[in-house]
Amino acid sequence: MAAKVCPRCGFYNSTFRKTCSLCSTPLDGEFSKEVAFKTTFYKVQSENKANSFFLVLFLFIFLIGLGFLFGYVFDFGYYGPILALVISVITTLIAYSGGKAIVMAISGAKKVTEKEEPEFVHVVQEMSIASGVPMPETYIIESDALNAFATGRDPKDGAVAITRGLLNKLNRDELSGVMAHEMAHIAHLDIRFSMLVGILVGTIVMLSDWITRYMFFGRRSSRDRKSGSGGAILLVIAIVLAVIAPILAKLIQMAVSRKRELMADARAAEYTRNPEGLASALEKIAGSSIKLETATRATAHMFISNPFKDFSKKSSALFSTHPPIESRIRLLRSM
Amino acid sequence: MLAFFIILGIILIVGFAIVGVYNSLIRERNRVKNAWSQIDVQLKRRYDLIPNLVEVVKDYMSYEQETLTKVIEARNFAMGAKGVKQQAEAENALSGTLKSLFAVMENYPQLKANENVMKLQEELTSTENKISYSRQFYNDSVMQFNTMVETFPNNIIAGMFNFKQFEFFAIPEAEKQNVKVDLR
Repeated sequence: MAAKVCPRCGFYNSTFRKTCSLCSTPLDGEFSKEVAFKTTFYKVQSENKANSFFLVLFLFIFLIGLGFLFGYVFDFGYYGPILALVISVITTLIAYSGGKAIVMAISGAKKVTEKEEPEFVHVVQEMSIASGVPMPETYIIESDALNAFATGRDPKDGAVAITRGLLNKLNRDELSGVMAHEMAHIAHLDIRFSMLVGILVGTIVMLSDWITRYMFFGRRSSRDRKSGSGGAILLVIAIVLAVIAPILAKLIQMAVSRKRELMADARAAEYTRNPEGLASALEKIAGSSIKLETATRATAHMFISNPFKDFSKKSSALFSTHPPIESRIRLLRSM
Repeated sequence: MLAFFIILGIILIVGFAIVGVYNSLIRERNRVKNAWSQIDVQLKRRYDLIPNLVEVVKDYMSYEQETLTKVIEARNFAMGAKGVKQQAEAENALSGTLKSLFAVMENYPQLKANENVMKLQEELTSTENKISYSRQFYNDSVMQFNTMVETFPNNIIAGMFNFKQFEFFAIPEAEKQNVKVDLR
């Protein structure tokens, strides 16, 4: 098979790569422990702030472009981009003020107190102390699926959620590992980033969905007026863009969230000083094939492992929101 | 005129740099102080929880009076300890006696049926963890602050405003053993 297997994490890389695309370990020559995970906390955090800014900027421009298309297809003219802008600003503002509640409601998560779930809340408190992040709100999803996630606008507004199935299945060390991973997402400001990405990608998908649906199934009368050759070319561009836009937006969402998972794994090991806890928790999660019914395409990238469970090891390379779980376990055990 | 503006510009840049470094030094120092007070919060929590646990389990564990007394003694000794070093030793001795109490409790299945005992044990286990995590966080914060104070050009500004390095919270393994023996 024409693929280079990473000596550290076991990820399949294309033959022309010199370093692993997942963990940056050199693929040729001797394997060294020191290469990966050298980035400091502040670097990750400021990188995230910069990334958030540029990604949001890019997606906004994308949205406005889509708005022009929208205006053309629906005969709105310049109201198209204005409408797209207004929609995205409104959704962003709503998500920024109440995103946590919305995500928790969509996921069917229920808030729990120390009295109801002492062990879970205590472990979160311990991880809050270990990470120096303010105590987040604690939620439980009543599902047999094995998963967990963190969300919120910033560390002061953080929240963590875990499924009942995972809570019952893990021992204290493993639970600490999983919660440390979630606290790392909060500390790295991944939560803000994934919230913004989720909203903007969702808006782009929604808008292009409207456009394609209208063009294929909508009334034809308005477009008949534009049946010149210029109109035809524009129409082709419109169709292509409307089809490509959601795919492109998804790819961005996936690429950025995969790297984040690895960084959070590394940080979790630093908080607990016990990478084995998270590694064995991930093993248990990988061993389960129960899907989380309440996860949606817009929230999938927030979870600790892919909630849909529908990617095999090799197909995950481009389209998965998460790195292969086997690679994450191997990386944790090599720390 | 041009030279004047260049000099003015340089002064402004240096001034802003000093203010920036000074503010981040203050921020980091407060972080270390806050981390230190977190340890105290958790230690006090442990002092409060121990008598409750002993009170509940003593009826079940009439043959283990010695273990219980040791725990209470270690607690009282730790509460009265003075100075960072003595306190660290006393707290570690207390952790040791608690560990042996938990181990002995495993031999009494009736305790597992008592909801109150289980609750207190979970509280204390978590508090023990919180103590070690808060120390770890303190040490991490100290390391960050000390690195910041040592590196150029921060060290010049740190020296100007008298920022001093903090001490790590560390107890050598051998010392822990000695303290345990002393208490027996």
